[in-house]
Amino acid sequence: MSAQQLDVTSQAYGSTASEVMASIQEKIQTCMQCGTCTGSCPNAFAMDLTPRQLWRLAQLGQKDEIFKSKTFFLCSACYFCTLRCPRGLPLTETIDALKRIAAAEDIDMYKSSTRFYGSFMHTVRRYGRVKEMEFMNRYLLSMKNPLLPFSFASLGMKLMGKGKVSFEVPKFFGKGRFDAMFRKVEELEAK
Amino acid sequence: MKYIYYPGCSLEGTALEYNVSTQAAMKALGSELMELEDWTCCGASAAQSESYLLSIVLAARNLALGERMDIEGDFLIPCSACCLNLARVGEHVKQDPELLNKINEVLSVEGLSYKGGMKVRHLLDVVANDVDPEAIEAQVKKKLSGVRVAPYYGCQALRPYGTYDDPEQPTCMEPLIKALGAEVHPWAMGAKCCGAALMSTKKPVAMEHVGELLAAAKGADCIVTVCPMCQINLEGYQAEVSKARGEALDISILYLPQLMGLALGLSEKELKLNLNLAFTDSLRAKLKT
Repeated sequence: MSAQQLDVTSQAYGSTASEVMASIQEKIQTCMQCGTCTGSCPNAFAMDLTPRQLWRLAQLGQKDEIFKSKTFFLCSACYFCTLRCPRGLPLTETIDALKRIAAAEDIDMYKSSTRFYGSFMHTVRRYGRVKEMEFMNRYLLSMKNPLLPFSFASLGMKLMGKGKVSFEVPKFFGKGRFDAMFRKVEELEAK
Repeated sequence: MKYIYYPGCSLEGTALEYNVSTQAAMKALGSELMELEDWTCCGASAAQSESYLLSIVLAARNLALGERMDIEGDFLIPCSACCLNLARVGEHVKQDPELLNKINEVLSVEGLSYKGGMKVRHLLDVVANDVDPEAIEAQVKKKLSGVRVAPYYGCQALRPYGTYDDPEQPTCMEPLIKALGAEVHPWAMGAKCCGAALMSTKKPVAMEHVGELLAAAKGADCIVTVCPMCQINLEGYQAEVSKARGEALDISILYLPQLMGLALGLSEKELKLNLNLAFTDSLRAKLKT
């Protein structure tokens, strides 16, 4: 990747959502719509927009259309599109920039994903490391869906049976291990 | 050889057997692993979905700790996502020198600073390239004769930063598997995606990938993995996938250092095989003979 291409993502902090979108739009201009990303994507079959279509909308700056689509949250970060893009665009990292906009704007249709990542980061902020069960419980609580835990119950029981995880109630108050570091990042990003 | 060992969070929980078997197998091969003191989360795939700077800083904190240890040795990381995140810091700093100042501004609150160094390597890279397969063969105490192994590399052990093997069609596990006396199951799925975290957020999509991988492994005795995420996706949902696809798809899923350890004469207990969610009786019987 060249320095110029990296700008797509490294400029995506300390900026508003529309500035991030503008920087993505600018840098994705060299996309020639060849579709190698779509052909390489293992999850394209489940997407409403193919990756190629997503990058076309990004070129045109059509933020509203992009954020009606589930496509970027179906990225599993396999990096095949990044590896194969004939323009050398850092597509997987650009997807992350889109995910950051969705998280910052707390868009309802993405909450199963944004809250998953958000719960993970709360756990990191509190303990410095991830306690897997604490994180999953935090996530399930944040989703407020009484049926959701059942889709994880079978694996959870297996893991508890092996003594790999133990039931942990998330703590919501008190000091966190990384409070100071997270605050410093927030401070720099607000500049 | 000496390495700075970064286990990462999964290896303290759901992937404990990966941690124990990595240390045991590397010790058997004569390597010294020095665990990184006070290591913390690499940011996983979550941090970069929330904040770019945070994702870089969380990983860089560990590199700063590594620099402070002042040891002649690379980072050795068994988890593919951790390895990618720590390697990413150096790659981004190279492209954007201003980033190093930002990192250090944040790390100052932890009393740390990062100079921009440290070589970060995946366990797979180390066992495939620092250790000669012939040297391994010479140390094999129990040949894994008749055991057919499907090598599974997954995504992030090789993409985007792995330069030690072909990132599209990796083969570096094959000489190793043969050195252990086992056979390689020929398949084209080694570098395909397991669905990763979609198993939690978009389960049907990930189940599709797991189903295809397990089906393609038919005829093998086990799949070996080098990533806690790949491992749990492949071992944790076999009954569900079998039911959905209407065929029996149960197969043993072992971490690579567990397979190596078995051939190097370590016991099932030393390799924590009791913690694997998929370790079939048929493989257990083959290993006993």
